Amino acid sequence: MALAVTACGDDKSDSNDKVSIPTDPFPSTYSAYPNEPVAIINATIMDGAGTLIEDGTLTMRDGKIVAIGRDIKLPPDAIQIDAAGRWVTPGIIDNHSHLGVYPSPSVSALSDGNEISAPVTANVWSEHGIWPQDPGFTRALAGGITSLQVLPGSANLIGGRGVTLKNVPSRTVQGMKFPGAPYSLKMACGENPKRVYGYGSGRYPGGAPYSRMGNIAGYRAAWIKAADYKRKWDKYEKSGGEPPTRDLELDTLKGVLDGDILVHMHCYRADEMAQIMDVSKEFGYKVTAFHHAVEAYKIADKLAEYGACTSMWADWWGFKMEAYDGIKENIPMVHKAGACAIVHSDSDIGIQRLNQEAAKAWADGKKVGIDIPEEEAWQWLSLNPAKSLGIDGKTGSLAPGKMADVVVWSGNPFSVYTKADQVFIDGALMYDRFDAAHRPVSDFELGQPGEGDLK
Amino acid sequence: MSALRLTALIAATVGLALSASAQSLAIVGGKVWTGTSQGTLENGTVIIADGQVVSVGPASAATVPAGALVVDAKGKWVTPGFISAFSRTGMVEVDAEESTDDTSASSSDYSVALDAADGFNPDATAIDVTRIEGITRIVVAPEASSNLFAGQGFITDTSGAVDSDIIRGAFLLVSLGERGASLAGGSRSAAWAQLRAALDDAASYPARYIASNDGTALNRVDAGALRAAATGDELILIEAQKATDLLAIMEFARQNPALRIAIVGADEGWRVAPQLAAAGIPVIVDAFSNLPASFEQLAATSENAARLVDAGVKVAIVNLGDNSHQARLAIQVAGNAVANGMSHEDAMRALTTVPAGIFGMQGLGVIGPGARADVVVWDGDPLEITTSPDDVLIDGVIQSKETRQTELRDRYLKLDEHNRPLAYVKP
Repeated sequence: MALAVTACGDDKSDSNDKVSIPTDPFPSTYSAYPNEPVAIINATIMDGAGTLIEDGTLTMRDGKIVAIGRDIKLPPDAIQIDAAGRWVTPGIIDNHSHLGVYPSPSVSALSDGNEISAPVTANVWSEHGIWPQDPGFTRALAGGITSLQVLPGSANLIGGRGVTLKNVPSRTVQGMKFPGAPYSLKMACGENPKRVYGYGSGRYPGGAPYSRMGNIAGYRAAWIKAADYKRKWDKYEKSGGEPPTRDLELDTLKGVLDGDILVHMHCYRADEMAQIMDVSKEFGYKVTAFHHAVEAYKIADKLAEYGACTSMWADWWGFKMEAYDGIKENIPMVHKAGACAIVHSDSDIGIQRLNQEAAKAWADGKKVGIDIPEEEAWQWLSLNPAKSLGIDGKTGSLAPGKMADVVVWSGNPFSVYTKADQVFIDGALMYDRFDAAHRPVSDFELGQPGEGDLK
Repeated sequence: MSALRLTALIAATVGLALSASAQSLAIVGGKVWTGTSQGTLENGTVIIADGQVVSVGPASAATVPAGALVVDAKGKWVTPGFISAFSRTGMVEVDAEESTDDTSASSSDYSVALDAADGFNPDATAIDVTRIEGITRIVVAPEASSNLFAGQGFITDTSGAVDSDIIRGAFLLVSLGERGASLAGGSRSAAWAQLRAALDDAASYPARYIASNDGTALNRVDAGALRAAATGDELILIEAQKATDLLAIMEFARQNPALRIAIVGADEGWRVAPQLAAAGIPVIVDAFSNLPASFEQLAATSENAARLVDAGVKVAIVNLGDNSHQARLAIQVAGNAVANGMSHEDAMRALTTVPAGIFGMQGLGVIGPGARADVVVWDGDPLEITTSPDDVLIDGVIQSKETRQTELRDRYLKLDEHNRPLAYVKP
């Protein structure tokens, strides 16, 4: 990888030529596909920010939302979609996916999601393991997913960088990358790192950690190194001199300490999340979102106070000890405490119906007196995950000027019988349930049985 | 505090009284899906006594017996208890903890003879969790690990009673396809050779084992255990996905007409649906499966279940993902099958009459005179994701709606530790 060298202006004081750490060496090449002005009329609209509009209109142009409401002037050149009886929402954003890094077919040659060579591999980036031909992307699109975060797996204490994608088919990963989205760092608590390393029985390079004690020591040791690296770079940037030697692992960790890279941490148990909050305070960074967090309901107040989002399943539980206390009301209980709740998938099947997962959690909350309007609960699927990815200024709700990432549902998306009819990404119709021309087929599925079938 | 405790005590006493005697019950005024020729009654009444359904009919024509407990089902749905047609419920407490997992035994000398019922744990937390979602019967399978024979599956209820009624040897589970190939030595031909050799061993049991414990494919114990399946007394349930594997199974069935065969998986079943219908082989499918997860599932589609039914195949629906803890999701899967072309009626049958038929579960999966009173009262359409059971009956007994999960929930609903830690809150 070439170092970016920036010359420092015209003042001829050439001793100030500085070396810097490139922030975007694999830049996004995505831009909105051609799109026509569209007006969706007579729709029940959830704007994703908590508002329900009955019999509403949504207009989009040049890839952006133009207007939303009941008395919207229809642009004469807009294609009208009559959504009577149908619902319209922002596209769903899944902030925990392994599509592309653990694609279909699930064969070893395509398994690129865990760099288990060491417990700390902050040097690796999930985008370098993503296979854009994963048919899972197309299935997720049919489920109304318009953006997603692809993370490295959870074998490592620090697994590497995650990347946020637009869910558009592409020949390259760069062609999917969400323009301007910050990077994230995947970290993991608990059982996985100690099982893979300490108890990997020699199969992996391993050694520490053997225990949760080793986990915490491992994070702290990494942050100490990162803080030292950051000090050297800060000094160099201020005073010049010999530039520090680049280190890919520490580049990423420094990015976290600088506030440029968002920490997404796999953590199931309540007590562990509380420990991680302290670690983050010790080193001056912030956990943007805890993931899986089946015990978030036990510390929903502390999560709200700390200000982390929590990404959860509706009802997964029991597959390992740290998932033993999973309950169906986790998501509404976190929401009720005033914390930022998110429904995530971590699954190529679950990602296809996150609306149903939100619906289950919504209903389960209601049955114990946590009565959240559907339009407020939709934040779990769009605005809150957008916040956790640092893209909420651009997408995640249907507000004028935001990206026109929009789903037209066949009915109320909190019903099992409802399907995504049309999915727009940046205003372009990328999926239409009724038109095969608007249903992408990945390279892998060409020439195979079932090619182009309704999936 | 004391008032709360008292209420809890009273509730517990009532619960005990209900479960101690299977008293007469009348479930009045609900939308009753019977699963029989009576169809769906918009305003029906179900009378239950001694653990059985006495009558079902229009509410206007029903006479509620004196002393019967009346359950008002107005605005609600009433259905037979759902049947989970394939899972590992009650075999596993925590998947990642081997000591709590009795599904497989790769180091065992035995395979066909492994009886999953020996590992059933009615105290498993998954039992209660499954029951409160409206599933009253579970078909439980072992998992193949040393060869393509997983062993004997069983059927039980979800009461969680320490002496739960268990039907052992309900079926023999056999893995074919990629997994069976791998277990049998590395290829599909190895799997078929092993299966045929094992049937030969069973046919010559016990004669050929007089001198030796070893047969061609099976030892004495396994060969003996294969007898019931080999003679057609026991169902053989075969795991397979790929269309060509399904055709091979049908050919095998033609060559061995005495065998009773059903298939679980069948992701590519729709490609050979007419043949499956003609062969009379029922299938148990997961309608979520729509990805080419392997090279034997390339044609998987969410429409599989609907297409199979359209061709006349008997289809049961299950959730094969996390089948140790999430058998309950079969209901959501069935709802999705409806969203993907299946009729609501067929999806209901896929959770009731079809699995009851496949596994010979007499008097289950229907609400009709003489049926076992596994009955669920729902707060709406049972296949909808936002509905849930208000009451679950097994053999006429109203079941507890508490689980370890509901207790955890109730402890943490209010995060108030000003007085004492939450460990003192006992829901």
